Amino acid sequence: MSADLPILSIVVWLPIIGGLLVLGSGDKAPNVSRWLALFVAVATFLLSIPLWTGFDSSTAAMQFVEKAAWIPAYHINYHLGIDGISMPLILLTTFVTILVVIAGWEVIQYKPASYMASFLIMEGVMVGVFAALDSMLFYVFWEAMLLPMFLIIGVWGGPNRVYATIKFFLYTFFGSVFMLVALIYLYFKSGSMGILDYHTLKLGITEQILIFAAFFVAFAVKVPMFPVHTWLPDAHVEAPTGGSVILAAIMLKIGGYGFLRFSMPITPDASHQLDLFVITLSLIAVVYIGYVALVQSDMKKLIAYSSISHMGFVTLGFFIVFMIASNENAETGAILGMEGGMVQMISHGFISAAMFLCVGVLYDRMHSREISDYGGVVNVMPWFAAFMVFFAMSNAGLPGTSGFVGEFMVILASFRANFWFAFLAAITLVIGAAYTLWMVKRVVFGDVTKESVAGLTDINAREALVLGSLAIMVLLLGLWPAPLIEVMDASIKNLVEHLAVTKL
Amino acid sequence: MEFDNSQLMTMLPEIVMLTGALLVLLVDLMVRDSDRMWPYALTLGTLLAAFAAAVSVGGGSSEIILGGNYVRDAMGDSLKGALLLIAIPLFIYAREGLRKMDEWRTEYLTLGLFSILGMMIMISANGFIALYLGLELLTLSLYALVAYCRDSSKGAEAAMKYFVLGALASGLLLYGISMIYGATGKIDFPGIMQQIAADNTGDNTIFVFGMVFVVIGIAFKFGAVPFHMWMPDVYQGSSTPVTLLIGSLPKIAAVAIALRVLAGAMESLHQDWYMMLVILAILSMALGNIVAIAQQNIKRMLAYSTISHVGFIFLGILSGTDEGYRAAMFYAVVYALMAVGAFGILIALDRKGVVVDQLHQLKGLNDRHPWLALTMLLIMFSMAGVPPTVGFWAKLFVLEAVVSIDMWWLAVIAVFFSIIGAFYYIRVVKFMYFDKPIDDEPVVVGGAAQTMLAVNGLAVLLFGLFPVLVFGLMKL
Repeated sequence: MSADLPILSIVVWLPIIGGLLVLGSGDKAPNVSRWLALFVAVATFLLSIPLWTGFDSSTAAMQFVEKAAWIPAYHINYHLGIDGISMPLILLTTFVTILVVIAGWEVIQYKPASYMASFLIMEGVMVGVFAALDSMLFYVFWEAMLLPMFLIIGVWGGPNRVYATIKFFLYTFFGSVFMLVALIYLYFKSGSMGILDYHTLKLGITEQILIFAAFFVAFAVKVPMFPVHTWLPDAHVEAPTGGSVILAAIMLKIGGYGFLRFSMPITPDASHQLDLFVITLSLIAVVYIGYVALVQSDMKKLIAYSSISHMGFVTLGFFIVFMIASNENAETGAILGMEGGMVQMISHGFISAAMFLCVGVLYDRMHSREISDYGGVVNVMPWFAAFMVFFAMSNAGLPGTSGFVGEFMVILASFRANFWFAFLAAITLVIGAAYTLWMVKRVVFGDVTKESVAGLTDINAREALVLGSLAIMVLLLGLWPAPLIEVMDASIKNLVEHLAVTKL
Repeated sequence: MEFDNSQLMTMLPEIVMLTGALLVLLVDLMVRDSDRMWPYALTLGTLLAAFAAAVSVGGGSSEIILGGNYVRDAMGDSLKGALLLIAIPLFIYAREGLRKMDEWRTEYLTLGLFSILGMMIMISANGFIALYLGLELLTLSLYALVAYCRDSSKGAEAAMKYFVLGALASGLLLYGISMIYGATGKIDFPGIMQQIAADNTGDNTIFVFGMVFVVIGIAFKFGAVPFHMWMPDVYQGSSTPVTLLIGSLPKIAAVAIALRVLAGAMESLHQDWYMMLVILAILSMALGNIVAIAQQNIKRMLAYSTISHVGFIFLGILSGTDEGYRAAMFYAVVYALMAVGAFGILIALDRKGVVVDQLHQLKGLNDRHPWLALTMLLIMFSMAGVPPTVGFWAKLFVLEAVVSIDMWWLAVIAVFFSIIGAFYYIRVVKFMYFDKPIDDEPVVVGGAAQTMLAVNGLAVLLFGLFPVLVFGLMKL
């Protein structure tokens, strides 16, 4: 294990500095910036692999820790470290970024260097969010995500992009500033900015509820949970394909990660008291948003709503643990729920990325996202149709794909809490199958009735590479999820034990 | 009261400044060149020399000279240093703007230097007399500068408004000073502090009235709601190079006098004055951020944005803690840096005969001049308080100051209004990045101004990554 090499810092800063270089390379030689961006993305991914191979999954302690004073007057440190919860998410980030760079290769003709640079900077900042162990460092990375994404949607987005991106910015900014106040409050309570110090800080129940509320606004907007989800369909529809992919595959996960890293361990008693509230919102997201997805006529909107519905499983899996705690075999059940939520996050990262890329492939050819403009795509694009059907199946939770594992674990855990939760959650498997497969039926199958569809060409090698690698990941995770569960096991177990102890 | 020549060394920065300002006047008479390179070079030289002087006499324990009227201490050193350094890009941008308007005359340089001298005196004031003299030197220079473009009726109108309201504010301040003097019998800050400590303030009603009037006077100079009426009109009516000066540096001096009076002389009366500042702060943040949304004129929008920033500065002052005071100083310095950059960009976009002050004139700037657009983007996000720009730390530190005295509800109000504020800042970004240009005239910027703007924008980012570089210098 290379303990002396600051791998985390490299994985955070290499893409940011690389992104600035790409930005500096200018738009005059787009191919140079494209290859440079790809090189940086691949190098970052390769450098992030040691985080997995060198990871010690037997301990819940933070690993690859780096710490240096940043603003001593306020005890703010440059403090990085990862555990089993954040490590898989970092790898997901570095992996998906490569695909985004490749996917935007020919499609983006307007200012390609700035486009690539935005995604690279975004990558570094998102890894920073997952790796930060100092609350202010976390907040800086958390907010810094807004800038590149704001520009990505606003500059390269669709016709209604300005509305969508300003809505996106204000919603997320709204959520996060209250978290800032809560973090400052915790600083004065504990005298430290360290997130891990907050975990052990004793807090009264009123304080906990207020802090929980502040965190909840921030993370619920990001996840997004019903009823603050309305920015997501707009942002997704207007964003360029790469923006949708990053948004769905990683940014939403940051909300879920926030619950695990902040809300639950810092305010366990408030989380316990308010768990029914969060579970209710999650179930509304799972069921109601599922129905909303059913009636969408725009493919991207449909997938966006399906994302909200799937993220409902994640929050459900996290907050169900408090309900399980009162039953027998509490701990295994709780761990099952949480790990299910985590697996669901990773799996949704792959599947939603793939779904958005599939829509991107069609959009690049037809410049339409309307389901009714398609039909019979399988006749002209057989390879593409195979991929799209496969990803749709995994989105619907077909066993053997990664989509099944997480949802199944969460539903199993829900049974231990309450039969009706499990019942409602399981319903969505049906709805999920309904909206995804119905869309596939209308887009991919049937006869070619439109002239524009008849002229479509099948995916090229570049697109096949992107979709193929995602398909491998989805299958791998679906057939053999054990390695993923193993790395997070110690950390989740530790978290569940931590939650069982009251802080009052 | 004895007078010792060696004491004069302590106020070397002010002496350099005064000499420089007078020399600029003289040189302009002697050297006839249409480009006014000599007075300009001399101005920049004076600022650098004054900065060097401030560094060389600075440090160490504080010294009080001139019969207790002048103090040199750590706070004065840090604020003066920041003031003089930020003044350098200011004059570079101003030259760019005035040349484009064909108004490039030495008066701007002289009056500018005198106003900075006034600010330095305010920063170093150790009594109400020096404070008032510095303030008047500053505002008199600014009145004249607002009316700098003789043919502009808007400028003349703004100057009149500024003068009448400014004179009113000075009157209120003076009235309050006289009451405090009457109640305590002292005019210097340490003397007043001692009298308060000895509970020797005579008729308490008179003293409290005096304090209220002094707070109002300070609020007027800051432009805090409800004493903000002059700001939008003056910002809009002045030519951009003058707004550049009015809108940036004086806030540093205003923080200095607020700290000298409230945190210095009246620190033990914190309980009595902080609630006034709470009200002023909330009103300023609310009105500034909400009304700015409705503005189409960028200068007017930035005036309202300044009002909201003043609210944030007050948060630091009202906390009554050393951290809070340092946070307020940091905020004012950061604000000056951002404001100089923002107005500098408007100047860079000006052309002969075309003044850029409408929002829609920024449309498509990213296509016309990506570097300027990026600089403006950084400054706007910094003003909105989004990391990793320095504006975030400024907001964070003042929020920490109010949370530290258990007023977290005030922090919640503050962040709430900063969300509203974020909207009009990102709208500027929207115009620059998401819209197509409405005119394709190339942007012509002088080399010095362009370089300085790039430095300015990068400073906002660099200090955002390493806030200690600035915050570490803010000492009390």
